[in-house]
Amino acid sequence: MEFVTQHAVLVVSLVKIVILLFLTLTTLAYLTWFERKVVAHIQSRWGPYYVGAHGLLQPLADGLKFLFKEDVTPPGADKFLYIFAPFLALSLALTTIALIPFGPATITILGQPTQLIVADVNIGLMFVFAITSIGVYGVALAGWSSNSKYPLLGGLRSSAQMISYEVALTLSVVGVVLLAGTLNFNEMVSDQVGYYRYFPFIPRWHLFPQIIGFLCYFTSAIAETNRVPFDLPEAETELVAGFHTEYSSFKFAMFFMAEYANMLTVSFLATILFLGGWLSPFPESWTFLQYLPAVVLLGLGVYLAYDAVMGATGIGRIQLIVITCGALVLGVLCLLPAVIPIIQGPFWFLLKVGGLLFFYVWTRGTLPRFRYDQLMSLGWKLLLPVSLANLVGTALWIIFPLFVKHG
Amino acid sequence: MSVVPVSYYLVLSAILFGLGVVAFVFKRNIITILMAIELMLNAVNLAFVAFARAWAQLDGLVFVFFVIVVAAAEAAVGLAIVIRIYQNRQTLNIERVNLLKF
Amino acid sequence: MTLPFILFFVLALTAIGGALLLILAREPIHSALSLILVMMSLAGLYLMLGAEFVAAVQIIVYAGAIMVLFVFVIMLLNAGVEERTEYSKIAKYVGIPLGLLLLLDLAHGMAHSLMGRAPANGAGSANVMVSTRDLSLQLFQKYLFPFEATSILILIAILGALVLAKRDE
Repeated sequence: MEFVTQHAVLVVSLVKIVILLFLTLTTLAYLTWFERKVVAHIQSRWGPYYVGAHGLLQPLADGLKFLFKEDVTPPGADKFLYIFAPFLALSLALTTIALIPFGPATITILGQPTQLIVADVNIGLMFVFAITSIGVYGVALAGWSSNSKYPLLGGLRSSAQMISYEVALTLSVVGVVLLAGTLNFNEMVSDQVGYYRYFPFIPRWHLFPQIIGFLCYFTSAIAETNRVPFDLPEAETELVAGFHTEYSSFKFAMFFMAEYANMLTVSFLATILFLGGWLSPFPESWTFLQYLPAVVLLGLGVYLAYDAVMGATGIGRIQLIVITCGALVLGVLCLLPAVIPIIQGPFWFLLKVGGLLFFYVWTRGTLPRFRYDQLMSLGWKLLLPVSLANLVGTALWIIFPLFVKHG
Repeated sequence: MSVVPVSYYLVLSAILFGLGVVAFVFKRNIITILMAIELMLNAVNLAFVAFARAWAQLDGLVFVFFVIVVAAAEAAVGLAIVIRIYQNRQTLNIERVNLLKF
Repeated sequence: MTLPFILFFVLALTAIGGALLLILAREPIHSALSLILVMMSLAGLYLMLGAEFVAAVQIIVYAGAIMVLFVFVIMLLNAGVEERTEYSKIAKYVGIPLGLLLLLDLAHGMAHSLMGRAPANGAGSANVMVSTRDLSLQLFQKYLFPFEATSILILIAILGALVLAKRDE
């Protein structure tokens, strides 16, 4: 106990890390379910259906399957690097989430007031880029160490792709940094508070002045996370499965989780930089909106209860009842006066992130894959010049503003 | 809370530089030799940052940026030369690239 | 032993261990990875010295770009285990003593220089981070000309790399 009081900051950080890690890993598991479900509905299918009601236990079943599969190491593989690569990929992908602020509120853990962020760094944006820039090694080393030609080609392709698009990704964000005048995430969000003077219904999110930057950012972000339509590294028709062809069992699952964690990070970043982070799009005078999280959760609970009674049978019904109770309890919790100010930030933040993730899956369900030379010329010949022009334009705008900045 | 003296950082920088020299002399692979140069540049950077801290002046940090830029340029050109050598001689061993050797 | 000292020694030993691995590893890709280890621990040391922006740039540019280039070339050329040739006797019998001498001289000189005795916090207090604003003011005012010159350097390097790596038609 004495240790706890002496190193309170350390202990509180640890508690926050554990909570965040648990939430993130659960989210990653259900992100796979979300993606399969949405893609299925885009293609007029049902998607995961059998394991639990609405296939809600599918992630669990997948996880068990990964655990019990045989773990194959190809002969001639570089043993150490072969094992090290998936660990590197996943741990780096999870590390970035520690730098993300989820809300403005101050909460109290073990008597210590603390923010909804694990590490509030002065130059948070730089550190996120630093960590993602090392993420290339997971892919490159996996391809190299497998001692097989498809993974090698896949690894080469994806490292080339990730370096190329990282340039465009970084440059497209610099415009926002210029506008906000800071690299700290908290200050960046507070720079977006309020409304435009001449358009009092449009919030002062960086999305509107930086719409070109946002489009460049999101395109290169999809490429950076190796997702459709830029999933050349794992183009199964050409490369079997790219850099993780030889991986099986839990190591494969780690690459899989790393990919989803990267999607999550990129969406977090887009929300903070362009979509106003945890800020609500509606004016502060609409105080009734503070009950929105509770309304959403209670509505979900009611819908699930209806579904449990009318639709599901057997185990699915029990499961739905459990989830219903959880949603209802959480919904009631969100009505407590002590919880309301804390929940507002994370609610809007996660809502925006969810929208971006849906967009991610939507593109996957819609667009075909690029050819490799098309991918490279898009990155170097279109995104890079456009984001550079956006940067120069933003700089000029700041030096010679046509409108007064603060309304 | 006590603070690590600058001399510690400088000794570390010297050790790393020395190891870089050793690597430069001993390695036979051209790519690894280029890496040894990077190691030496890194050691110098550490000394720059330590001095910047000791004198509370930012010039040292600015020089680190210039060193990094030079390192990037050097790596790009150096690796292009390495690819060229490999295309022409099918080896990366520096001992086999000895036409200019006395 | 207080926390800064423990941190320093962990990072310093990691850096030295990485540098030794660079020399001892026979696969170029292992050398590359150990160099990345050195760079990461140096970034940690920069953080301890209060230069957070430099630490981030160190990781982004060195570990995230330059070393990726190295790894990329190693993968591209499929460079295998390094050959051990004994062509150069001079390297062995003159190189080792001279290298060690240089190392000792440098370490001695730096440890005993007048500067070396000053504590790392110099004028400021223990945990002051250099603000990015001050750094950029320095870079874009006092060192504007060298900054612009490096951009030309980079341009020349790009052209040089392009000309060198381009296949003959």
